[in-house]
Amino acid sequence: MIELCDVSIVSGPFSLRQISLSVKAGEYAVLMGQTGQGKTTILEAICGLRKVTTGRILIRDIDVTGRSPGDRGIGYVPQDLALFPTMNVREHLEFALKLRHQKAAEINSLTSELSRMLGIEHLLSRSVQGLSGGESQRVALGRALSFQPSVLLLDEPFSALDEATRSEMHALLKTVTKSTGVTTLHVTHSSDEADALANRRFVLTQGVIEEPALQQQKDGAN
Amino acid sequence: MSSVDNSSATGIPAARPGSDVPFFLVMGGLSSCFVLLIVLLLLADVMFVSLDDFRVALATPQYWSAFRITLITCSVSAILSVWVGTPLGYVLSRYRFPGRWIVDTLVEIPIVLPPLVLGLSLLIMFHLRIGGWQLEEWLREEVGRPVTFQWPAVILAQFSVACAFAVRTMRVTFDQINPRVEDVARTLGCNRGQAFLQIALPQAWRGMIAAGTIAWARSLGEFGPILVFAGATQMKTEVLSTTVFLELSIGKLNGAVAVSLLMVVLAVVVLLVLRLVGARLTA
Repeated sequence: MIELCDVSIVSGPFSLRQISLSVKAGEYAVLMGQTGQGKTTILEAICGLRKVTTGRILIRDIDVTGRSPGDRGIGYVPQDLALFPTMNVREHLEFALKLRHQKAAEINSLTSELSRMLGIEHLLSRSVQGLSGGESQRVALGRALSFQPSVLLLDEPFSALDEATRSEMHALLKTVTKSTGVTTLHVTHSSDEADALANRRFVLTQGVIEEPALQQQKDGAN
Repeated sequence: MSSVDNSSATGIPAARPGSDVPFFLVMGGLSSCFVLLIVLLLLADVMFVSLDDFRVALATPQYWSAFRITLITCSVSAILSVWVGTPLGYVLSRYRFPGRWIVDTLVEIPIVLPPLVLGLSLLIMFHLRIGGWQLEEWLREEVGRPVTFQWPAVILAQFSVACAFAVRTMRVTFDQINPRVEDVARTLGCNRGQAFLQIALPQAWRGMIAAGTIAWARSLGEFGPILVFAGATQMKTEVLSTTVFLELSIGKLNGAVAVSLLMVVLAVVVLLVLRLVGARLTA
């Protein structure tokens, strides 16, 4: 689960004060809101890339507020994907596992399984430089899920995709999150995306996170 | 509502043949001025010396020694400059810390300082007595390795300037690398050191080659600080740039030009090798 308790973040002139949010284990939540409201800032704070001035961040009931990003066990897909330009697809999927000193046989088996699930087996030896938008998304998703994190954070990863590829990615994401049981917080602008994927929806407005009533959420989904 | 005048019944603007010619003339003209200047300089040198001058130069042990010392000291200075310039360039590019502007300014000082002043400052630093203790004396008597007027002084004089250029190059290199990529690596389990070594550094190869090339070239051209801090003892601290000066000062113009052309050949060969290495590493 992901829990933010009265978290305040100050970054230059921009600030968010006393934000609270709770996503239960295995849920798929989306965080919506207009541009510049601080959605990305919240995701960065959760994965440890931005310091919080007050409050606590809990992952699976463990307070990770003071931990470095690598010690939080969170998979993160940023908006620009930030793939490693000098590595091929296989190296992306193996990167986190090698950092954890997994055995070579185990790394091979986990990488094969993940690449099969994401449909990128045929790309494993390819450099990431020449991949299409959809392929790059799959690699970024695979890299974030490679070490089997309990939490996945997605920051508008599909905003640059065409309609057909986006639908494809939605279906894939649904399958992957269901089979892995990962708790997901997905920042998006798209109501359609929220309807297609989420079972909870949060809206960030003027520095306040609100969760529309359940009926509204169901209406939105139908 | 007013309409745009396309001066044609079809709505397609009239063809403008040759409209780019002035652009190419101006750009090409200005660019060729500099290229021509360098070519003329080299041509003048080549025309000034005879084959005999070269034969004499190649048969002079003093020149060969200067050539060897130049090659070794420039290479050591360039490697040291990249070794130090890479982490410093990374820190200046990635982190905002108190006093960063001071570090930034200090690093640039060797670039703007007159080379002779730098040599003098090095000499003073090694010979300044603080409470009875002197750096040069300590190195000579305790460490057993005197620096002033010895070959390490040549490297230190070259390094002091070359490293500043390496830092500047590496800083620009890291500025152009997306820091978000290192952030993602950190969420995957890297600490900052691993993110630097495994993610940032492999992307910075091209910049490191460029920094090494610039540092090597600057070291080759260094003259003032070497003369002041290392002297120009034949077969010991004399490098090609000081050889040119010494030959010139005793009126041996032909010898000076022959050595200058040797330096040109050496520089071209080393720069080509570095460029080839860079192309292979980044291929």
